[in-house]
Amino acid sequence: MEPTEILFWIISGIAIFSALMVLLSKNPVYSVLWLIVVFFCITNHYILLNAQFLAIVNMIVYAGAIMVLFLFVIMLMNLNTISEPRRTLWVRLAGVVSGGLLLTVIISTVRSAVDMNDKKALMSTGDIGLIQNLGKVLFTSYAIPFEISSILFLSAMVGAVVIGKKE
Amino acid sequence: MTLLTIDWMFLLQKLILIAVIITVSLVIAMYATYAERKIAAIMQDRRGPNRAGPFGILQPLADGLKLFFKEEIIPNSSSKFLFILGPSLAMLTAMMTCAVIPWGNKLEFGETSISLQIADINIGMLYVFAIVSLGVYGIMIGGWSSNNKFSLLAALRGASQVISYELAMGLSLIALLMMTGNLSLRSIVDQQMAVGSLWNIAYQPLGFLIFFICALAECNRAPFDLPEAENELNMGYHQEYSSMKLGFFLFAEYINMFISSAIMATLFFGGYDIPFLDEKTLSPNLAAILGLGAFMTKIFIFIFIFMWIRWTLPRFRYDQLMDLGWKKLIPLALANMLVTGAVILWQMKG
Repeated sequence: MEPTEILFWIISGIAIFSALMVLLSKNPVYSVLWLIVVFFCITNHYILLNAQFLAIVNMIVYAGAIMVLFLFVIMLMNLNTISEPRRTLWVRLAGVVSGGLLLTVIISTVRSAVDMNDKKALMSTGDIGLIQNLGKVLFTSYAIPFEISSILFLSAMVGAVVIGKKE
Repeated sequence: MTLLTIDWMFLLQKLILIAVIITVSLVIAMYATYAERKIAAIMQDRRGPNRAGPFGILQPLADGLKLFFKEEIIPNSSSKFLFILGPSLAMLTAMMTCAVIPWGNKLEFGETSISLQIADINIGMLYVFAIVSLGVYGIMIGGWSSNNKFSLLAALRGASQVISYELAMGLSLIALLMMTGNLSLRSIVDQQMAVGSLWNIAYQPLGFLIFFICALAECNRAPFDLPEAENELNMGYHQEYSSMKLGFFLFAEYINMFISSAIMATLFFGGYDIPFLDEKTLSPNLAAILGLGAFMTKIFIFIFIFMWIRWTLPRFRYDQLMDLGWKKLIPLALANMLVTGAVILWQMKG
């Protein structure tokens, strides 16, 4: 096995384990911390794919900003396991069944998609994820979607300010 | 020697380099505590520590020993794991940044040349930002798991302060990166070292000022040391900590100070560039060692300025701090960015 392959399996194992721990932890603060571990693993996967820019942006935006705000909210709300309402057996059963169905649908679409057939992930080769190439592609062939998403961000920011100002 | 297609000699070389750099930064942080007490003493017309060894030079060792021998108290009602994780994370994130800083040029031993940098990644600056943004977790987890209202308040203060000033810091750097067109710290230094080019401070004085203020805030140094404002929050987020866990929190602050001084010297003051000297005229090893010395001198000057500011300026009020960050520094950094962009466009046209 190649070193990248060994790393891939180790990181994937940690990712799946911590994703499970997000769901299984009783304390919401632990859940958030496990979720941060998941984001770390995803960052490492990006690095294995030689997409350094995506890797570091994933870390800055998700692990560094969004999860901090998440942690803020949960720490201030002081959620307890006691205050959490217990759901009845039927509701839980329905949740498990519908979640499982969704998983089956997603896996089957991904497996049968034409784009995914006979394709292998490029390990430690390929340079589309490097910052220079990504920037060139974003500002030439994908300029319009890029601008539209920046307008979306701007409107979200304005919306946040308006909601925050409401007394 | 290759096994599993890994060059183990390369790995060994990097491991030794990591060990050396971490030891050096720990020793420098240790003596930064001594320097802080001496500088405070000089500014307040006192003598400062002078009992342990000549000029009190062994004082940091005595302090460390004392912290190790103190009783370790873990609050009953707190989560033990998170309580220990807090200071460990603070220490870890403080040390991780030194991986991308170019400490000097290449040393040459016969055929092998050793670069005095752990990793020259082409997103170096963004890596520094990622680690800085992770630095919040140490404070937040430590404050929350102490199960103390003062600690939690201080942790929230600290986190919101770090998040707010990160934005202005990033914006002030975008202007610099537009000029250099590169995120790798080594090539930023190389551009400043080239004959006939000035240090970046000459082109980006406003950017440096904003970056410096934000660095003060990111390190929780006075006048921005609100997370540990004694008169409002007792001791702040490390109220419940004792023994070496408290030491870790305090120590992480000094390491952060050292690392952010190193980053400022790299980005704006030419890194390991020796002023008024063309390094190519010297032999490579001599140039590397002299360059390392020049870099360290720059770092020490910055650390001194950090301490100078701490012992002369009073602390900000919390709303003033937020005002400065959001309403003054961010618009200023944006204006700086626009002007830089306009000038670069104008030069490209001309």
